[in-house]
Amino acid sequence: MSLKMNEADALYQDAIKQFAQAAHGHGQLAAAALVPIGEAKLDNPLCGDRVRMQVAVSSGRIDAIAHETRGCLLCRAAAAVLGLRAKGEDEAGILAAVDGLQGLLQHDGATPAAWPELAMFEPARAYPSRHRCILLPFRALLAALRSAPASDAAD
Amino acid sequence: MSATAASLRNQFPLLAAAPDLHYLDSAATAQIHRLALDAMLHHEATRRANVLRGTYRLAEAADLAYEQARAIAARFLNAGAADEIVFTSGATASLNLVAHAFGNTLKAGDRVLISVAEHHSNFVPWQMLRERTGIELALIPLGADGQLDLAGLPELLDRNCRLVAVTHCSNVTGAMTDVATLVAAARRVGARVLLDGAQAVQHGPQDVRGMDVDFYAFSGHKCFGPGGVGVLWSRGELLAAMPPFLTGGGMIASVTNEVATWAEPPQRFEAGTPPIAQAVGLGAALEWMMGLPWARIHATEGHLCEMLITGLQCIPGLRLLGPQASAQRAPIVSFDIPGLHPHDICQVLDGHRLALRGGHHCAQPLLAALGVEACTRASIALYTDEAEIEALLDGLDYAVKVLT
Repeated sequence: MSLKMNEADALYQDAIKQFAQAAHGHGQLAAAALVPIGEAKLDNPLCGDRVRMQVAVSSGRIDAIAHETRGCLLCRAAAAVLGLRAKGEDEAGILAAVDGLQGLLQHDGATPAAWPELAMFEPARAYPSRHRCILLPFRALLAALRSAPASDAAD
Repeated sequence: MSATAASLRNQFPLLAAAPDLHYLDSAATAQIHRLALDAMLHHEATRRANVLRGTYRLAEAADLAYEQARAIAARFLNAGAADEIVFTSGATASLNLVAHAFGNTLKAGDRVLISVAEHHSNFVPWQMLRERTGIELALIPLGADGQLDLAGLPELLDRNCRLVAVTHCSNVTGAMTDVATLVAAARRVGARVLLDGAQAVQHGPQDVRGMDVDFYAFSGHKCFGPGGVGVLWSRGELLAAMPPFLTGGGMIASVTNEVATWAEPPQRFEAGTPPIAQAVGLGAALEWMMGLPWARIHATEGHLCEMLITGLQCIPGLRLLGPQASAQRAPIVSFDIPGLHPHDICQVLDGHRLALRGGHHCAQPLLAALGVEACTRASIALYTDEAEIEALLDGLDYAVKVLT
């Protein structure tokens, strides 16, 4: 028997698979190269997925980002979006992206202009249990940012 | 669909109303039987009152229904007496009760032996007990065949071992524990034996006296009853020797300004208003189960399990986690397809009305022993039929294509 496409499959469009595969930002920051470094490790208690996020911060802005993401395609794609787009952002910019993403997932919100790739997560709106998968790397990034020593003191 | 499976399926309101749903997550929650729903509605509509407190006739009727449910649960487990049945909110509460009430009688240096295959509900309470009292917590490892490796029992079971607390059936691999070997070894050193029966009860009535165990825990929602109710069984003399866990109304003999004394079991362990209607619903489900032709159901479940495992093994790269079909196992089948995440697999399957669980199944130490972080699980129940297994195998074939 061959099964037909349905709306659930829209989640697994090529863009999400390509981002998960590309894994932008995957890895670790070199320990001595960039300071100060903030780091956080967050789990999704539902499935054991884990994101370890590192950021180098200068004057409150992300100079470099690296992550090690063990998770589903949605989680890995979201981490890759951060790997591609987060550099140069400050905490307010990341929070704005999270707000936009949550708006996109929870109601008919617009895709944040600075983060066009987030549009690929729109089909996840119908699946609230998966929102945590997508948001996990963002939460990890915010935690990493907040763990970084004040950059002005280190500059 | 076979006549038997169809007739069983139609006794479950949710399944009867959703003929296209392939519900393969009964290990998480089995569907509720119509008789259990009817019994709860009838109870709430005609006998709703608190139990073991009132003397008016309505309260007496509620008492009677609640105690009848206790007697049914005792027969379901072949317990020695109805008073050996403690109603709890579920298996998790039952296990925590033992970890506190029995656990608090242990002292630093005493050993509790669990296994690496435990659900977190039979793992974390013992870790917490270790923190509270300094007991030693030891683990039975997993064998290469997916069953518990009991070869090391003589070393693990020394004279300091006071309790062996293990799963009757793994909620991930379906492996059944060799209870006879375990009990014999435990008895040699005087250790008590607790079985977490959460998964086993769905597959038929149990015989706690025949197995010669000391504690048995299960949940109502895993055996076609309602959520919010569970059972702890223990021998009368053991319950009588244990202090209470939760305290409050209904569990005391008397209270003065200075001190309280405890009611006899089982009330000693049922502080507060119990889940009365849920207990009545559970009683209806267990009564129904006791009338089923279990030999025939086990044969069907075994056939479907073998059919599923045979089909899974045709998927390139798929790794079956746990015993082969021929092993002593329940029809709970977990697997890993390298490169595909269980969440994604389950999401695609859901698009085809296949309900499966993907994740760590609240058994992270077991998954670590199996070398995976998460896996996909299909669980077969008495209302599952061949067409649903075929639908799952087709769905998995499709999911592999969509996700790669």
